[in-house]
Amino acid sequence: MSIRENIEKTINNAEKLNGELNSFLSIEREYALNRASEVENLSDDASLKGFAIAIKDNICTKDMQTTCGSHILHNYKAHYDATAVRRLKDAGAIIVGKANMDEFAMGSSNESSAFGNVKNPWDLERVPGGSSGGSAVAVASGVVRASLGSETGGSVRQPASLCGITGLKPTYGRISRFGLVAFASSLDNIGIFGQTSEDVAKVLGVIAGRDRNDSTSADVAVPDYLATISDDIKGKRIGVPRALFGEGLETDVREAVENSIENYRKLGAEIVDVELPHAKYGIAVYYIIATAEASSNLARFDGVRYGFRAEGSHELREMYRKTREEGFGAEVKRRIMLGTYVLSSGYYDAYYSKAQKVRALVKRDYQTAFEQCDAILTPTSPSVAFKIGEKSDDPLAMYLSDIYTVSANLVGVPGISVPCGLSGEGLPIGLQLVGNFWSEATLLNLGNVYEKEFPLGAKPKVFAD
Amino acid sequence: MKEGWEAIIGMEIHAQLATETKIFCGCATSFGDEPNANTCPVCLGLPGALPVLNEKVVEYGAKAALALGLNINEQSIFSRKNYFYPDLPKGYQISQYDKPFSSDGELVIMTAERDEHGRAKDFKPMTIRIERMHLEEDAGKNVHEGLPETDKYSYVDLNRAGTPLGEIVTKADFRSSWQAYDYVNHVRRALQWVGASDADMEKGNLRCEANVSVRKVGEEKFRNKVELKNLNSVRFMQKAIEYEIERQIAAHEAGEGVSQETRLWDEKNNKTRVMRSKEDAHDYRYFPEPDLQPLVVSKEFIETMKAQMPELPDAMRDRFMAEYNLSFDDASQIIGDKDIAAFYETAAQASGNPRTSANLMLSEFVRELNNSGKRANESLLTAESFAEIVKTLDEGKINNNQAKEIIVESFNTGKSPADVIREKGFEQVSDAGAIEKIVDEIIKNNENQVNAYRGGNEKLFGFFVGQVMKASQGKANPKVVNEILKSKL
Repeated sequence: MSIRENIEKTINNAEKLNGELNSFLSIEREYALNRASEVENLSDDASLKGFAIAIKDNICTKDMQTTCGSHILHNYKAHYDATAVRRLKDAGAIIVGKANMDEFAMGSSNESSAFGNVKNPWDLERVPGGSSGGSAVAVASGVVRASLGSETGGSVRQPASLCGITGLKPTYGRISRFGLVAFASSLDNIGIFGQTSEDVAKVLGVIAGRDRNDSTSADVAVPDYLATISDDIKGKRIGVPRALFGEGLETDVREAVENSIENYRKLGAEIVDVELPHAKYGIAVYYIIATAEASSNLARFDGVRYGFRAEGSHELREMYRKTREEGFGAEVKRRIMLGTYVLSSGYYDAYYSKAQKVRALVKRDYQTAFEQCDAILTPTSPSVAFKIGEKSDDPLAMYLSDIYTVSANLVGVPGISVPCGLSGEGLPIGLQLVGNFWSEATLLNLGNVYEKEFPLGAKPKVFAD
Repeated sequence: MKEGWEAIIGMEIHAQLATETKIFCGCATSFGDEPNANTCPVCLGLPGALPVLNEKVVEYGAKAALALGLNINEQSIFSRKNYFYPDLPKGYQISQYDKPFSSDGELVIMTAERDEHGRAKDFKPMTIRIERMHLEEDAGKNVHEGLPETDKYSYVDLNRAGTPLGEIVTKADFRSSWQAYDYVNHVRRALQWVGASDADMEKGNLRCEANVSVRKVGEEKFRNKVELKNLNSVRFMQKAIEYEIERQIAAHEAGEGVSQETRLWDEKNNKTRVMRSKEDAHDYRYFPEPDLQPLVVSKEFIETMKAQMPELPDAMRDRFMAEYNLSFDDASQIIGDKDIAAFYETAAQASGNPRTSANLMLSEFVRELNNSGKRANESLLTAESFAEIVKTLDEGKINNNQAKEIIVESFNTGKSPADVIREKGFEQVSDAGAIEKIVDEIIKNNENQVNAYRGGNEKLFGFFVGQVMKASQGKANPKVVNEILKSKL
């Protein structure tokens, strides 16, 4: 198949499945087909020549809509490409569409999108996870091999787990955030979904690395992730924090993850016990820091320069108030209020400042643990995909979906979710491996070997031809 | 100020650093371009854009800090100051809060009270404690007039958004409006001197705010303070502070008290008026800017910057007074401008007569600069040529008025002083024989006056000099004329 035929097939699949899954907010048929013809002329050295990819709708794509799943950016088109997008384009990848997401990446179920839920292809009554649910489903439903998502607290790993695919959150600073619409700047990362760890590695190798437009991107050499991805994992030490396998963990998930630990042992890995005594504060710390930064990052959506502006205001403050009241959804407003509160004069020390101190303790836990192991294994999510509406009225229950994932964001270390089994109802379960700073190669190696040796052996109900 | 009261004043100055590009993006900082011409995703605050610190800002900031006697902190942190306003594209300003770029400075300024004509009485040194100078970005500008339908709409021009500023904050060390006036002038000159800022209040690249309160002499506690804004010149600032001091004293004496508020200087009506009260004060919710790394400045960098510092104006003034025997006033005028000071120093040394160089510079040369709008380093008359004029004057080849005329001519045409002297026929006659001839002639033709002079009317000596000069068409060397006249009479 030529690149153009392949892209056409991808677009057809995306359009066909989108009615059921709602994973795309926009599908770029014309752009992608034109681009396919252009890419044919690229040198074969272009590592992603003709590679179809979906991009989460909070990552800027020049002249394409970038809505962040929010009414306030309805029809907003980005003026420039995010660095990651530019690197993908330069390597020959073709953007086929923008993926649905929780509004401003705030959510764990995709129910907060202003443009409708994304459905889990394994069970259309269930959520795909969030906030990068659209990106996860675009891959899980077989439309694309890989997609970009974003993570602030598990937003790639959790939907990867719930959709039965591989999802990587790299080290903070590994991929430039330039062009990723900020939610919580000190926690945000661009992450990658793939049908396999190999797909993820391929994309990571292209988009990782220092970017002068992002002061927090690191000047650390990018290794050849594919070169080591099939290495023997014999002797690799996998740490298991048993204390975290308690309350709130579904039985099926626990059993699948316990089983995966045994599988790793069979593959030659050494299993060691580790302790992460401050991990239990992760969610609390996360929701203080993330909301504080969000309250500031989302201030620019004020109706003055771009995006939605409410009609019928007669003075400035009224315009601000109405625009933000009508433009933002409930979850976003809840977090802006929380964040505004924790930064307020008189509360800063008790909340934001203390949260930063606890964050430092969590980081120390991980540093200590990595003296004993190469990666820490836990479930990615305490549960399989839950039903749409099941937790949407209970924000706290929803926040706990991220209990295993947020620590990696707080610390800045990389984490990967790899499918490791199915529940009794036939829903996918993911294992999470969190590694030390810049250890993406190790995580991809551990993920790839597992996928090859213990494939899931099942496909979602809704899957592209 | 009314007897028994004292004023407590603290100053905040925002100085635009003189970089060519903005603090967090590559857009130009030039003044007067088409609205929104100098903008990009970063300074427009578009979704996803991130700030990257312009290294030049650190350099200019360091120069400014050193010129003001501040200590540069090896690590400083950018923080977000959150508030909503249409000219603030991100909804927050990137500034510095609890860890500023520089802090704990001490600055000695020369200050004097002024009489009712605005004349300075007696300049004395005063030490001002500068709390900090931090780095931050400027906001844009809201435009409410001069564009279509401004009755219905306001416009936003973001050319200025992201322009680098140094915010210089003093302790409340000033006790009079003139001290504040002398301080701002001192800062302005120091920043221009080291090239850190153009510090031009009219272009808005230096803006001040004053915090003013009053209390009874001997009182320990501070009373409510008022923040004064819209001070568009140093003079307005001084007037506003003066007005505010009197207003507050009157309010306290009348038992009304003073509320903590922000007031604007209304230059039409010569008074301050309320802008916003304390209740409307923002909670800025400062927190460390997560998009930027802490700003780390190495000791080596600070040392390099120190080594590059030129002699500062006050030190130069003291040296000019000592080395060149100039008065405080003359030396102060000369160091009022860096280029004039440099011009002067060259001329003073090359001519060997610093005193006359100063006199001629402060009269003719500075006037020509002002008339032409040129800077001293743009003058067609070079400092070396200027020195030549002073020397020629000293040698008695020209007189003082001729010297002035040559300065004007050379300044405007770029001709060398020698050419001007030749063209204008200024070459003086110092040949004793030639002058003797003229003197003899004058004595012969003015018998009455000669007798009166010899009879004791010494005032007539000037008459003879005048006659000789007239006869020589002004070219006779006055010194030689004097000598010959004296001996002949």
